[in-house]
Parts: sequence; C-alpha cells; structure tokens
Amino acid sequence: MSAGPQSPDRTAQAVTVRIQPQDFDIAAEIGALTAGRADIGAVVSFTGLCRDEGGRLAALELEHYPGMAERAITTIAEQAVARFKLNGITAIHRHGAIEPGGNIVLVVATAPHRQAAFDGASFLMDYLKTDAPFWKKEHLKDGGAGEWVSAKDADDKAKAKWTEARGQSAQ
Amino acid sequence: MSVRLVYFAWVRERIGKGSEEIELPDTVKTVGELIAHLATLGEEYEAAFQVPGVIRAALDEEHADHDEAIGGTREIALFPPMTGG
Repeated sequence: MSAGPQSPDRTAQAVTVRIQPQDFDIAAEIGALTAGRADIGAVVSFTGLCRDEGGRLAALELEHYPGMAERAITTIAEQAVARFKLNGITAIHRHGAIEPGGNIVLVVATAPHRQAAFDGASFLMDYLKTDAPFWKKEHLKDGGAGEWVSAKDADDKAKAKWTEARGQSAQ
Repeated sequence: MSVRLVYFAWVRERIGKGSEEIELPDTVKTVGELIAHLATLGEEYEAAFQVPGVIRAALDEEHADHDEAIGGTREIALFPPMTGG
C-alpha cells in the first residue's frame, strides 16, 4: 500500500480504529483528534445510527469477524490518510444488539482544509460498507424472526466512484 | 492439509456452527473448489452454499476471490456480503 508523502509511522499514528460493544462519545473523539494541535483546519464527523424501519424494528444485531474487522477498517483508514492527506482519522464500529436511535458507527476525519476532511470520512464509510466484515440481523418488535440485512448495489456503486475519481484525476 | 473454517451470519446459521477444523481433500486448491466441496457435506452445507456466487471469503483475514489458491492458509472465513456501517 502506498503511504503517500507521509511516512508509515506518521500514518499509523494518525489512525485510531476501535471495535467495541459500548457506545461512543462523539465530542470526546473529536477532542482527542484535535487537542493541542494548531495545524487542523477542518473536522468532519459522520455517525451512523440504527433506524426503526417504520416502527417495526426492535433492534439490530451486529455480528463481526473479530480481528479481521479491525484490520480491514485500519487498512481503509490508512488509505484515506494517505490519499486525502488527512491529519488524522478515527473510526469506531459497535457490535452486539443496538436499539433504534442508538449509534452504530463513528468516523471523524481531520485535515488542513474541509474538502479533504469530507472526502476522507466519505471514502472510509463507502469502503467500510462493502469491505469490513460486519453483518446486521433485524430483530422485530412483533417478535417475528428477523432477517439478515441484504447488501445493497448502491453501496458497491458508492465505493466504485472512488476508483473512477482516481482514474480521472490521474489523466 | 487441515484448515480452520469460520462462518458468519446466515452461512453460520445454516451450517449450525461458527467454526470447525476440516481435512482438505487434495483436489481442493482454490476458494471456489472449497465451497463446492463443502456443499456436498450434507443438507446444512448445501443450504449455506446453494448460491456459491454470493459467498465471500477471507484467507487468514484478507479478502479473497473464488479463484484464489488456498495454499498454506490457516484460517478460511466464508460469509455473505457485508452489511456494516
């Protein structure tokens, strides 16, 4: 993997990835990335929450592949830091049962300017959706057997746009 | 060669276990051949692998295509398309 202009050590320090059952504190995570620094001009955070799907969902069960989940997101985060010259990026993904309204995933990206921070957070989420080993199972309010959530073509397309964008910028 | 298999989501549910050690037949060299072999091991496996094309795989925690060689892999994961985030 190309680390771009940053050394591998610097890239590794810029990346924080956690897979955990417990909730996260968005303000605290932003604070951890920005505290004591004067070189950051933009912070973008994305939080993914559990929807109730029109009131029928009691909870989502998030299954993951321990080890590979952290490794896959770390690889994506390192690529985001190198490609968009981020100051830093934090990604936290929860597992276990999450009720509607609860947090599922957090991405915080910092950069000198806003576009890189927006792009870094968006890139990480688009790759995470298709490449990070997590699976969602629905638990229904009526007690019925929930279904495993199906992968969406739209997620593959969202990821593909980053390779297209790269192809265009290289021309 | 003995290898550890791990299953997730509906692949795990249909097979009825999350992991197992199996002895690989000499004829099984790739991920696709492994999936075809597993599908012959009983009706649970047949149910899990009835549409082989949708199954994703990881060799020692790295994503792998169906034509990839298993080689000296210690742990092979088989699972549906991912739905995190």
